[in-house]
Amino acid sequence: MSLRRGYLLRRLIQLVPTILLIVLINFFLIRIAPGDPASIMAGMFADPEYIENLREAWGFNKPLHEQLIVYLRKLLQGDLGYSLRYGEPVLSVIADRMPATLLLTFSSFLIAAIFGVILGVTASQRPQSSGDNLVAALSLTFYSVPVFSIGIVLILVFSVHLNIFPSYGMSTVGSAIEGPSLTQAVDILWHLFLPMMTLALTQLALYSRITRACVLEEIGKDYILTAKAKGLERKRIFYRHALRNALIPVITILGLRMGYLFTGAMLTETVFAWPGMGRLMYTSILTRDYPLLMGIFLTTSLVVLLANFATDIIYSLADPRVQYK
Amino acid sequence: MEELGPFFERMSDFWQLYKRNKAAVLGLVVTLFFSALAILAPILNLSSPFRSSASLLKEPRIGNPMGTDHLGRDVLSMVVWGSRTSLMIGFLSAALSAVIGTLMGAIPGYYGGIIDDFLMRIVDLLLVIPMFFLILLVVALFGGGIFKIVAVIGLLSWPSIARVVRGQFLTLKERTFVEAARAIGVKDRHIILRHILPNAIPPIVVNLTLQTGGAILTEASLSFLGLGDPTQISWGMMISDAQRFIGIAWWMAVFPSLALSIVVLALNLVGDGLTDAINPRPPVRL
Repeated sequence: MSLRRGYLLRRLIQLVPTILLIVLINFFLIRIAPGDPASIMAGMFADPEYIENLREAWGFNKPLHEQLIVYLRKLLQGDLGYSLRYGEPVLSVIADRMPATLLLTFSSFLIAAIFGVILGVTASQRPQSSGDNLVAALSLTFYSVPVFSIGIVLILVFSVHLNIFPSYGMSTVGSAIEGPSLTQAVDILWHLFLPMMTLALTQLALYSRITRACVLEEIGKDYILTAKAKGLERKRIFYRHALRNALIPVITILGLRMGYLFTGAMLTETVFAWPGMGRLMYTSILTRDYPLLMGIFLTTSLVVLLANFATDIIYSLADPRVQYK
Repeated sequence: MEELGPFFERMSDFWQLYKRNKAAVLGLVVTLFFSALAILAPILNLSSPFRSSASLLKEPRIGNPMGTDHLGRDVLSMVVWGSRTSLMIGFLSAALSAVIGTLMGAIPGYYGGIIDDFLMRIVDLLLVIPMFFLILLVVALFGGGIFKIVAVIGLLSWPSIARVVRGQFLTLKERTFVEAARAIGVKDRHIILRHILPNAIPPIVVNLTLQTGGAILTEASLSFLGLGDPTQISWGMMISDAQRFIGIAWWMAVFPSLALSIVVLALNLVGDGLTDAINPRPPVRL
């Protein structure tokens, strides 16, 4: 147990340079962008006094290393600046929207991972069969279709024509007035369905492809041959030996794809007006709300890194060998 | 001419392997078709994609086979002109990232040591950052002309190619022909460019194809979010505009979506086909 803790601690320490890089990118981008950083942060319609205040507060008139210290200090205090559009601290605007994004992302991920693995395992049973080829064709197709197009097609079919699922928002207008209740939860799930399926479809096909490749790779190994030579039952070899080992690299690859998952979530939110970070990002682009946009980049990058770390934890639980590395 | 002989022979051998994969051949045909469309768009006798007319939101019919949009523009000619934007950004930015990636992979792969440790550490860091958000942020801050978008996508998507090229160089530099070249005193630069690089080209080409598809999707996503080049017709922008009319004009969303998906799918099929042709492997069985 302590060895595993050591491994996770090492992984956590390895995150530090990445986090620093993201912070530094954020720090330098606004300073090398065309225009004066204080005016960028203040927005197009700011009065000179406000710009001057910002310049003072963020130290834009000081040498670069002092600016960095000011920036880091503010960051550690959770001060990401003020959103121009919402007139609130960036961090609180983001904190409001984060739960909706996490709900969408993780529900889609669960669906895609469960069905993707099942589909991939099924496909690996009979390589080159028509079922396997169908899964291959579908996964390449869904890998190529942009997530917003899938969303729009689902809206066309299920909202416009069949009229069974809502096409936008997270709840029916006015439903929040009565306070939290079972009906409200059902209402949210009902709104969640289409965006969740959109995001899950883009990921599911690829996950099944990855699972299939990992299973086939594992089946080709020597210990499986040994097991076969011992005369073990085929099913037992597959489920007890091959599958367990095959799923370990699957976890790693899914973890590495967290960035794509969140990117997909952002675009999906835009299509369905899902009130999360993606929607917020879209508004901040339209209104040129740069402090908010940079805050979104910073927080989503951190969330992606944390999601990576979470898969590391799962990985260390799934693979006992990891303790001794 | 004697130099060309074996080259053509090798290409024709390669083509024999490649054409066994029917889907890859289809992908190649579709890619060439859209490239031709993109190049020939100005001389095809289409109505201008910018010209609006009084027939707004008309269903597909003779004269407007893909219907018209909310400003009365012909969706077909917009789709054709959009292929120019998409393919140009796709190919140029993938080429840019291939050049940078090859350089950033060849040098650490060949020299190893501290340079290798340092550059690969950077590559690892860059691979973890969700790149689309960074591209989006840079385009939002620096503005989104067509060549700025190419530059941003190209400058930020080289790490995966660098990885591949480095791997190639690590194995190739140990081979006897490289040792022989070094033994007779061939300069490093010459060994890298003339001896090792030609052997590392196949995986670079595969990566280039896949990167092109990826870059096309990235550009489409940027213009879908309103960060594209506003002076160019682009599929992402068309799909974004179409959202407001989804209930009454499905054709505005469906045709650019189809074009976008077909092009990216075709490029991915080509990439798969190239991979198979480079590494022919028998199917594995339990």
